[in-house]
Amino acid sequence: MNVGVVVFPGSNCDRDMFHVLSDVFNLNTHYCWHAKPLPENLDAVVLPGGFSYGDRLRAGVIAAHSPIIQDIKKISEKGIPILGVCNGFQILVESGLLPGVLLKNDSLNFMCEWTNLTVENNKTPFTNQFELNQKIPIPIANGEGRYFVDDETLDQLERKNQIVFKYDQVVNGSSNQIAGVCNDDGNIVGMMPHPERAVESEINPHDNKPSSLIFESLLKKMGVNN
Amino acid sequence: MVDYCVHVTIENKPGISDPEGKTILNDLVLKGTHQNVSKINTAKMLKFTITENNKESAQSKVREICDELRIYNPMVSVVTIDAFDA
Repeated sequence: MNVGVVVFPGSNCDRDMFHVLSDVFNLNTHYCWHAKPLPENLDAVVLPGGFSYGDRLRAGVIAAHSPIIQDIKKISEKGIPILGVCNGFQILVESGLLPGVLLKNDSLNFMCEWTNLTVENNKTPFTNQFELNQKIPIPIANGEGRYFVDDETLDQLERKNQIVFKYDQVVNGSSNQIAGVCNDDGNIVGMMPHPERAVESEINPHDNKPSSLIFESLLKKMGVNN
Repeated sequence: MVDYCVHVTIENKPGISDPEGKTILNDLVLKGTHQNVSKINTAKMLKFTITENNKESAQSKVREICDELRIYNPMVSVVTIDAFDA
């Protein structure tokens, strides 16, 4: 199974994500530079965290115009799983692949801390190994992580089961404490917390197994025995 | 064709919280002697210099650019676009 990790100017979690996919989950992982076409043999794509284009104008908006985004749109229509983490999530909303927008945290602080998520949708390619409402201890590291949608869109997200993760308490002022959402088809998932920083017991002081299930869900979806 | 200066002001829609504006109001302005200020909204301004036939076309061209490239996010922001002689 081939997974692409998209690299934009200013991505800084691409290597962590590459390490987790290739060394922890034994996937054939490929860096994909944003200005080049997306390789055609990919079975999943991950947009990692970072500060693409230095967050200039608005986090994710300039990267959303990168050539590779058009390729990602095309393969997403075929149902290929796409995961955006942190800045990757910001890029997915700014490119219109996911609903909503990410605003500055209520505190105006860059927040770097452990949070607890609850799984609200366990049908996506990244959550199919979870029990519904299962908790995930996982770190966040962002300045613009406050997920916002208007009331009408929020109703729609709830009705169509597009809310994938919520924080279990108020963290940054996100609408309904949303930490991650998916598209209507469920194959594109965006989340602010960093699973790639939580899957190994050496760097997770809590429990690394729930975060691992995000990647194990992908393996399950692709029919890979790890 | 002459140069025009076009100011694009991007601010939150009414109802979208603006914690930075509130902080400037509560922790700076109202802590001084200026008690008659009731609200501060932060905004981001971009200043375009653009070559066009007239001020109106400069303004409409910049609006087109802002919409096409999502210079502002229409879900949460509004823009005001003003054109001036450069």
